[in-house]
Amino acid sequence: MDNVISTVRTSTLPEKATKKRDWIATGFHLLFLACAMVGVLSVGTIGWFVFHEGLPAFQQAGVAQIIFGQEWLPPALFGIGPMIVASLISTFGAVIIGVPIAILTAVFLAELAPNWMANIVRPAVELLAGIPSVVYGFFGLVIIVPMIETIFNIPAGNTILAGIIVLAIMILPTVITISETSLRALPGTYKEAALALGASQIYTVFKVLIPAARSGIYTGISLGIARAIGETMAIIMVMGNAPAMPGSLLEPARSLTANIAMEMSYATGIHSSALYSTGIVLLVFIVLLNSCLLYMNRKRTY
Amino acid sequence: MLNRAQQDKVLLSAIWASATITILFLLWVIWHILSNGLSHVTWEFITTSYTRIGESSGIWSMIISTVYMVGLSLSIAAPIGIMTAIYLTEYSKPGSKVVKVIRFCTESLAGIPSIVYGLFGMTFFVTTLGLGFSILAGSLTLSMLILPVIIRTTEEALMAVPVSYREGGYALGASKIYTIWRLILPSAMPGIITSVILSIGRVIGESAPVFLTAGMVTQIPQSVLDSGRTLTVHLYKLTQELFSQSEWDQAYATATILIVLVLVLNMATKIVAARYNKASH
Amino acid sequence: MNKFNINNLDLFYGETHALKNISLNIPNRQVTALIGPSGCGKSTLLRTLNRMNDLVENVKITGDVHFDGNDIYQDSDVTALRMRVGMVFQKANPFPMSIYENVAFGLKAQGNKSKDEIDAIVEESLRGAALWDEVKDRLNSDAFGLSGGQQQRLCIARAISMEPEVILMDEPTSALDPIATHKIEELMDELRKKFTIVIVTHSMNQAKRIADKTAFFWMGELVEHNDTAELFNNPVDQRTQGYVSGEFG
Ligand SMILES: Nc1ncnc2c1ncn2[C@@H]1O[C@H](COP(=O)(O)OP(=O)(O)O)[C@@H](O)[C@H]1O
Ligand SMILES: [Mg+2]
Repeated sequence: MDNVISTVRTSTLPEKATKKRDWIATGFHLLFLACAMVGVLSVGTIGWFVFHEGLPAFQQAGVAQIIFGQEWLPPALFGIGPMIVASLISTFGAVIIGVPIAILTAVFLAELAPNWMANIVRPAVELLAGIPSVVYGFFGLVIIVPMIETIFNIPAGNTILAGIIVLAIMILPTVITISETSLRALPGTYKEAALALGASQIYTVFKVLIPAARSGIYTGISLGIARAIGETMAIIMVMGNAPAMPGSLLEPARSLTANIAMEMSYATGIHSSALYSTGIVLLVFIVLLNSCLLYMNRKRTY
Repeated sequence: MLNRAQQDKVLLSAIWASATITILFLLWVIWHILSNGLSHVTWEFITTSYTRIGESSGIWSMIISTVYMVGLSLSIAAPIGIMTAIYLTEYSKPGSKVVKVIRFCTESLAGIPSIVYGLFGMTFFVTTLGLGFSILAGSLTLSMLILPVIIRTTEEALMAVPVSYREGGYALGASKIYTIWRLILPSAMPGIITSVILSIGRVIGESAPVFLTAGMVTQIPQSVLDSGRTLTVHLYKLTQELFSQSEWDQAYATATILIVLVLVLNMATKIVAARYNKASH
Repeated sequence: MNKFNINNLDLFYGETHALKNISLNIPNRQVTALIGPSGCGKSTLLRTLNRMNDLVENVKITGDVHFDGNDIYQDSDVTALRMRVGMVFQKANPFPMSIYENVAFGLKAQGNKSKDEIDAIVEESLRGAALWDEVKDRLNSDAFGLSGGQQQRLCIARAISMEPEVILMDEPTSALDPIATHKIEELMDELRKKFTIVIVTHSMNQAKRIADKTAFFWMGELVEHNDTAELFNNPVDQRTQGYVSGEFG
C-alpha cells in the first residue's frame, strides 16, 4: 500500500513541468543579474564619458597648465588652479569648524543628553540632513552674506568665508548622525569597564569611547568632506564665483563644482572639455578622500 | 597645567557649547525660513502657474515637474535597485568576484558628486541620446544617482529577513522566486519603502544635475520629453533676482514648501519604522 | 520496508568532516529518533534528507541517500523532494502572515489548487496538527499572536498541508515548556500513523517516549542504531552506554 502512494506522488510533477520550472528559475536569475549589472554599466559609462570628454582639454593645454594655471579664459586658457584652491579652502574651513562641533554634539546626543532631549534633537538633525542645498544656499545668501558685509565692513559678503560657514552648517547633520550611530553601537561593557576603574565620565568618553568608535567617526567625517567638496548650489549662491585666485577669506572665489554648473549649459567644444577636466579633478579628490578613509580604517581594527 | 577635574570641566563645557551651537543653527535656519515663508504659502501660490513678467507667480508647474521627476526617476531606479539587491542577497555567492565588482561599482556611484552626474547626463542623455533638456533626461540622470541608495537600503532590509523564513519556504518545496516574491520581499517591505522615501527626498533635493539635464522651463511639461523646472531649481532661479518684495516672498514661500516636504518625508519614514516595530513586537 | 536508505554518507562543511560514513535505514511509518551530544551531526544528517544542506555554501557530500529507492542526490528535482519530505524546525518559524496564509503558503506556491481545495486542506492540516479548535475563529489573525507551542503546531500543520510522506523534526520541542511539549508528543503519536517521522532530540526521555527506532551519533559517526528499548536498555557500545546513562552529553 505504501508503494501505491509513493508511485502516485512521484508522478505529480511530470518531466515537462520540471523543465519549464527550471527555465523560469534561470530566467529570473538572469533578470536579477542583468539589473545588478546596470550599476556596473553606469559607473563604466560615466567614467568613460568623463575621461573621454575631459582628455582633449588636458591634451591641448597640458595637465600642469590646467591644474596650476591661474587664468580661466575659455576657450583660450583653462587654468583651474584658483578653483582647486577655492574648493580645498572652503572644504577645509568647513571641516575645521564643523567637525569638532559635530563630534561633540554626537557625544552629547549619545552620552550626555537626557533621553527626552536626545529624542527631540535627533529628529531635528535628521531633518536638517534632508533639507535641499538650495535652501541652505538661500539661508546663507540672506543671513550669512549680509552679516559678513556688516561685520567686516566690505561691499560684498559673497566670499569664501560665507562658503565656509554655509558648508560647515551643511556637514553638521552628516557627521553628527554617523558619529552618534557608531558611538551608540559600542558595547556597553567599554563604558562600564572604564567607569568601574574610577575614570570620570568625560575621561571615558574621550579616552575610551571616541577612540573605539573611531572608524565610524572617520567615515562620518569623510562623508562630510565629500558633501562639502561636492556641494554646488549652496556654494554658487554665497561664494561670489569670481574665477580668480582669492587673496583672503574675504574675497569671492569659484569652486570646481560651481565652475561646471555655471558654464556647462552654454559651453561647447574645448570649453566643454575643460569643464570635464574640472570634473576629473573633482573625482580625483573624491578618490583620494576614499583612499585615505580606507587607509585610516584599515590600519588598526578592534 | 590643568588637572584632570579641570580638564573634564573644560571638555564638558565644550560639549554643551557644541550641542547648543548645533541646536541654535538648526532652529535658526528652520525658523528663519518658516517665519518668513509660511504666510506666503497660499492656496493661490500653490495652484497658479508662473510667468516671467509677473502677472502670475505661483509654483503649480514646478510642483508638477517635481512630481514627474520623482515618479519617473523612481520607476526607473526602484525596480532595478531592488532587483540588484535581490541578486546580491539571494542569488550571488557572498564574497565572489561578481559581488565584489557590483559592490565596488555601486559604492563608486554613491561617491560621485552630483554635479558630475549633471555633466554626464547633459552630454549623454541630453545630447548624445538626443533627449534634449527634458524630464526624461533628468530622471534618467537622477535614477543613476539614487540607485546606490535604493540598493544599499534594500539590501540591508533583505539581509534582516530571518534565515528561518527562507528555510521554511524552501522546506515546503516553494520555488526560490516564489519564496522571494511572497515571503522575503513582503517581510522586507518596510525597509524597501524607507529606501524609496529616502530616494524621493534625494530627487526633490537635487538641483545642479537637474537643471543641467531637465532645463528650467516654467511651463507644465506636457510629456516626458518636455523640459521642466523643479522646486529646488525654481528657488535657485528666484534667488538670482531678488529685487521686489514679491520675489523675496516667493523665494521664502518656495523654501518653506521644500522644508515642509522634507519634514513630511521624514515623518513618513518614522511612521513606517514604527509600524514595522509594532508588527514584529 | 524502508523509506530512506542512507549508504556510506560523508558530509563536509568546507574542512569540517560533519558526517562520517553513515549508513542507516529509516523504516516507513515509524518514528526514528536521532540522539547524541550537541555538534555530533544530528541536524546535518536530518537536513541531507530533504537536501536543505544545498542552501549552505561549500558543502560536499559523498555516498548516497535513497528515498523510496531513488537516489535523491542524482535526481535534480529538489522541489518535488521537499514537497514529499516536510520539515519542522527547532525554533518555530511561522511566516509573518496570518494563520491561514501560513498553512496555505506551500499549496499556493504549488499553484494548482482552487480556493475551495486550499480552504479544505488548511482546515484538515490544522486539525491534523491538533490546532484547529484553538484557532478556527481567528484564521486571519497574525501567526505571531500564537503561543510558542501553538506556533510550533502551526509549523507542523504547514508541513502536513503538503501531504508529505515524511516529516523531519529538528528538536521541535526544545524551545517549549513541558505542557506544550506534551501536546506535541501526543500529536506525534497521531502523526506516526500517517507519516514517517525522523526526529532529532536532545532529550533521551523524549526519544524513549515516542521513538520506535533510535540512532546514537557521536562526533559525526553513527555509533549505534536499534529499537529504542534495546538501545536504551542494552547499549552495545561504550559511548552509547555512557551517553544514555547520562555520563556525558
Ligand atoms: N552551516 C554550517 N557550516 C559549517 N559548519 C557547520 C554548519 N552547520 C553545522 N556545522 C558543523 O557541523 C557539525 C555538526 O553540526 P550539527 O549537525 O548542527 O550538530 P547537532 O545538530 O548534532 O548539534 C558541527 O561541528 C557544526 O559546527
Ligand atoms: Mg542541531
